[in-house]
Amino acid sequence: MDWPRFAYEYDGSFAGFLTCVFEAYAHKEEPACFLTHGDGRMTLWPERAVDTDHQKARRVYRSLERSMGAQGKRLVTYGFLTCLEERELILWDFLRLGYERGPSVVRDLTNPRVAALGKAVGHLTNEAHLLKGFTRFSDQDGVLAGEIQPQNRVLPLLRPHFAARYPGETLVLYDRTHREALFCQKGKWAIVPLDRFHLAPPGAGELDWRALWRQFYDTIAIEGRYNPKCRMTHMPKRYWGTMTEFQREAPSPSGAMEQI
Amino acid sequence: MDKLTILADAAKYDAACTSSGVDRRGGKGMGSTMAAGCCHSFSADGRCISLLKVLYTNRCIYDCAYCVNRRSNDLPRAAFTPRELAELTMAFYRRNYIEGLFLSSAVWVSPDRTTEEMISALTLLRQEYGFHGYIHAKAIPGADPLLTQRLGQLADRLSVNIELPSEDSLHKLCPDKEKKAILAPMAQIRDGITQAKGELVRYRHAPRFAPAGQSTQMIIGATPESDKHILTLTQALYDQYKLKRVFFSAYMPVSDSSLLPARRDFKPPLLREHRLYQADWLLRFYHFRAEELLDEAHPNFDTRVDPKCAWALGHMEQFPVEVNRADYETLLRVPGIGVVSAKRILTARRVGPLTFSGLKTLGVVLKRAQYFITCSGKMLEGLRVNPDGVLRHLVALERPALAGHEPEQLSLF
Repeated sequence: MDWPRFAYEYDGSFAGFLTCVFEAYAHKEEPACFLTHGDGRMTLWPERAVDTDHQKARRVYRSLERSMGAQGKRLVTYGFLTCLEERELILWDFLRLGYERGPSVVRDLTNPRVAALGKAVGHLTNEAHLLKGFTRFSDQDGVLAGEIQPQNRVLPLLRPHFAARYPGETLVLYDRTHREALFCQKGKWAIVPLDRFHLAPPGAGELDWRALWRQFYDTIAIEGRYNPKCRMTHMPKRYWGTMTEFQREAPSPSGAMEQI
Repeated sequence: MDKLTILADAAKYDAACTSSGVDRRGGKGMGSTMAAGCCHSFSADGRCISLLKVLYTNRCIYDCAYCVNRRSNDLPRAAFTPRELAELTMAFYRRNYIEGLFLSSAVWVSPDRTTEEMISALTLLRQEYGFHGYIHAKAIPGADPLLTQRLGQLADRLSVNIELPSEDSLHKLCPDKEKKAILAPMAQIRDGITQAKGELVRYRHAPRFAPAGQSTQMIIGATPESDKHILTLTQALYDQYKLKRVFFSAYMPVSDSSLLPARRDFKPPLLREHRLYQADWLLRFYHFRAEELLDEAHPNFDTRVDPKCAWALGHMEQFPVEVNRADYETLLRVPGIGVVSAKRILTARRVGPLTFSGLKTLGVVLKRAQYFITCSGKMLEGLRVNPDGVLRHLVALERPALAGHEPEQLSLF
């Protein structure tokens, strides 16, 4: 099947991507690359701008489970959240294969297209699992607020976990890498793009709990078994930046005043 | 702050810090648990921090030679109050520092009194504070069975430490403890779990009893038992007491008792502990039996290669294995193929025959496995296999990881 190749331009959303898939099949075109609005990349292929159409997106979305099973659908929806380079193209390749071969496509683990997507999704779910543990919240006037810096877009995967863990709390979790924030309150939730996010300076009670935690963290290690490499294997350094146990509080202005 | 330091410091030699085994979505109150468990941090020694691991008190009436908290040791002593402990747990839990509480205790006044104190702390936490996160509690040998029963209804996992791998050692080092007293609560917990599971089938609201099972730990290297002895004991604990986990803890010199290895020049047997854990995995997930791994002629593990490689090298007649036909159990016995790889092989070969490059694509690491498998009847091209050469290669593979352990290795041979 030789379809003419086009560069697809869309708004970067999942619905937008599904609309592209719809249009590609409708026009019998092969997307040569996917561009998002304003990412400034140039291309030599003829361009096709695609406006997100929720009706069309829904039709593609519904076809996923029907054509490639629950596993296949999971690979596609999760695959879109990964940090895989050119993930849209890899998803497109997988979709072509999936529509052709049906649900057995997820078992073809030696196929490079399936393997690449499976590996990326593994990275995503693994990172989400790690961050269920490594995320740190602070109490800000009764609201739990936290920041993370993940490689993949893990917020949709973290949401059910934290919602079940803190049923009575209001919480905000900010993803610095993708500039998105998760808000949860009493069973309602939203993930919204947010360009700027600043935590208010911690109150005295919050500082005390942080200090206690650091104290516990330092105490629980056995000196005779010191093994920094093992720690880094389990907890890569890229996560340390947002973790309380590795942060030292800046001396508070009031403390400085007293010293003078 | 001082209290937390003292009581966390006193608890750190407990190896277990797992939060696995129960899946519970949150209800009212706060907290949930995941079947897979969740590590919240890793301390500088590379061990997972999942639970707030503390002693209720470190005031102890016993004088076990290997233990930091023994009566005769001159240490600052402290005890939590139930409310302090509950406040601390809730505050840490809210900030996502921890997955729950690991509550152990030194034996203060009597085993009954200690258990009562722990029960009152956990009751406050569960009921008044509405905590639904994970709780791991230590059952105290010698306590009234009714108290242990109550403790199990509050906790997700219970554990009783077997402390040392043999009765002789226990007598020598812990004059106040008896093997029978340790095994009795273990049996009680096992029966309690079975009974609660049976009732749960019939009544949905039957009280849960330690739904995440029980575990134990023993100290390695303080006493002269062989690996074979330890592993056989471990297997018996899994078979007879239905334990979820047996933890090993390399002995850290904390005392100058003449009954123990001298403190000076003593290196904790970390590599030996590592090999025992590898063997423990083989028992639990790889369908191995202790008798297969070690025998009278080889009572200790070869520290140069992992136990599975050692077993495979001793049983070359069972290899190579044909990946396109071997069943799951056989695949699991190939060095370098684990539970995940074996399952992926089973899945992928339904689509078509596997080749070596196909194995690589699906994520099987071949550096060990290549010597033990064929794909459609062929070994990896250019690979020559004789048992000595394979051993040399496998040893060379492990060497970089073992660099830090070299001196201890020599002492073992």
